[in-house]
Amino acid sequence: MSVFPYLVAAWLLGIGLWGVISSRNYLHLIMCLTVLQGSTYVLLLSVGYLSHAKAPIFADITTKSRVTDPIVQALTLTDVVVEATIVAMLLALVIQANKRYGSIDPDEMRRMRD
Amino acid sequence: MRDRPGGFSLRLVVGAIGVVLTVGGFVWGTTGLHPFGSEHSRYGFYTAHHAVAQRHATNSVVAVAFDYRAFDTLGEEFILFISVVGVVVLLRSLHDEEEEPEEEKLIPEQRRASDAERWLGTALVGPIAILAAYIVTHGQLTPGGGFQGGIILMAAIAFIFLGGEWVILLRLRRATSWVEMMDAGGAAGFAMIGFGGLIATGAFFYNFLPFGTSGSLLSGGFMPLANVAVGLEVAGATLMVVSELVDQRLLRPPR
Repeated sequence: MSVFPYLVAAWLLGIGLWGVISSRNYLHLIMCLTVLQGSTYVLLLSVGYLSHAKAPIFADITTKSRVTDPIVQALTLTDVVVEATIVAMLLALVIQANKRYGSIDPDEMRRMRD
Repeated sequence: MRDRPGGFSLRLVVGAIGVVLTVGGFVWGTTGLHPFGSEHSRYGFYTAHHAVAQRHATNSVVAVAFDYRAFDTLGEEFILFISVVGVVVLLRSLHDEEEEPEEEKLIPEQRRASDAERWLGTALVGPIAILAAYIVTHGQLTPGGGFQGGIILMAAIAFIFLGGEWVILLRLRRATSWVEMMDAGGAAGFAMIGFGGLIATGAFFYNFLPFGTSGSLLSGGFMPLANVAVGLEVAGATLMVVSELVDQRLLRPPR
């Protein structure tokens, strides 16, 4: 079972990537991208996990307690924020694309540009 | 597939190259990892076990994000700030295209929320705003912090939207200056805290304030201040994005 979390990360990465490749709708594509980015959270948190350990918050446990790695958890926080900013930017671009081309299908848009 | 010259197939080719590289990189990157759940990161565990003694902050994740690696958080905060500027620039360029319709015309009858929705939405605004303040100010003690609290604060205002009070949101949208001030002020405030360390001790983001008693509200040196600054910035930034997107939906309803 020691590889199970890494397999979950690989699975999320895989279906997210497949969604991005096969998508015909930019909104759907952005959702797939968030799934893909979900794999990085799983990977980071499982890298920092320690079996039979507590959260690295010492409000009610002693500082000698066995705890999980706080560095990767802080990194995951950064990751979440970056994902949110990327999604916001992409959504704004989709709105603009829809205004200009009247469609959010990448193939449709290419045809209109030609 | 009738008139899609190279549309989908080109994407498949590009995608296949990406998949091969990604799978290769993923396998190469994860095969060397330690077994799940075993102890391995000296840096992480050193930080966890010494954050209380060194910084009097019981939440070592916040101690990492806002003190030991505050410089990274500054970069992250500026990413957020710049992307919000990007969203605003992308969407506001269109505002001249159409005249702003009257408020009444913007809210057709069928889009009005029911009374139950409105009451519930309005009633939840206060409690959620208080929860946000709690999460922000207790960041260095218990799970939470500026980023999480800022998002919750934005959610409090999103409940106004869910409650169907779109007129309020529109007014908010027209009086965006204070939201912008919140965003910019929070970002600048966090940078100023860094400069405070520079002025006081000569090291950027050196924790120059007294650490206080572990477990109390004002412990961890500048961490409570940094959390408040980041909370304001995140709430302002997300609020700007949400109001821009809502604005697009309201002012230019789909035909």
